[in-house]
Amino acid sequence: MKRYRWPAFVLTLLFVGSVHAVADDAALAAREAHLAASLRCVVCQNQSLADSAAPLAADMRRQVREQLAQGRSDEEVRAWFTQRYGDAVSYEPPFRPGTWLLWLGPFVLLAGAGLALRHLIGRRATAATALTPAERDEALALLREDQP
Amino acid sequence: MRFALPIAIFLGLAAVLALGLQQDPRARPQTRVDRQAPALDLPLLHDPQKQLQSGSMRGQVWLLNVWASWCGPCREELPALASLSARDAVPLVGLNYKDQPEAALELLRRHGNPYLASAVDRDGRAGLDLGVAGVPETFVIDREGRIRYRHAGPVSPQVWDSALMPVVRSLR
Repeated sequence: MKRYRWPAFVLTLLFVGSVHAVADDAALAAREAHLAASLRCVVCQNQSLADSAAPLAADMRRQVREQLAQGRSDEEVRAWFTQRYGDAVSYEPPFRPGTWLLWLGPFVLLAGAGLALRHLIGRRATAATALTPAERDEALALLREDQP
Repeated sequence: MRFALPIAIFLGLAAVLALGLQQDPRARPQTRVDRQAPALDLPLLHDPQKQLQSGSMRGQVWLLNVWASWCGPCREELPALASLSARDAVPLVGLNYKDQPEAALELLRRHGNPYLASAVDRDGRAGLDLGVAGVPETFVIDREGRIRYRHAGPVSPQVWDSALMPVVRSLR
């Protein structure tokens, strides 16, 4: 058996190497899929690169794939596209003064709606408790009528 | 006034939406402007053995026109490009975008060739690097090789005189 030890060792190394390569490919494919889903096809009406069959979307997907293969980070790839096609190319817009309304607007609306609701409920509650003396007498008379 | 607040909200919303409707959803942002144009090193349409290098245009204010034979508006702008670039002596370089070279050459034979030279961008990589979404598109490039203006869509005499030439003159 001893003479097979070296070939076996080499085979093991090759196997380990290929498993690593497959894992790397899978990770790269996952990042490519995420980028393709979060970048906009610039000639389509609201379709991502992943969704679109447009030739330009295919070119853009190829660009994503090649840049990832060259070892660029996801953010570098996204920046490459926003430099060329503007912020609109990304479905994950950056957080800066120009986009504050976009990011914070819903929360501001929610807070406003909450305040309005509280104000409304408060008014109803005070309206319900405060009876004028005349109303009070009327209510008491009605209650007395109901008694057998 | 019971309805003052709802009416104010309605009017505010109507104003915002009216402003939004004024905007063109197809308008392209002026990206890459005032930045260095990507260096082109691509085969010439008329002589594929030779390369067109955009570095050779340094020191001149020139126009880069992205075109293709499969694009109708590109065909329509050819006469205007030819006469206007000659009249104002502006060097016009073509970038033949994702096209069949035979079809591109045939189009220029039939409708006239306004370009000093056309580079072949067979797979659209140069177009992507320029941020091109559709053809035709025309770039004004300054002496240092920076993009100073871009116009998406065909060039008419009006576009030439009111948009492209003022930029070219300011750079000369």
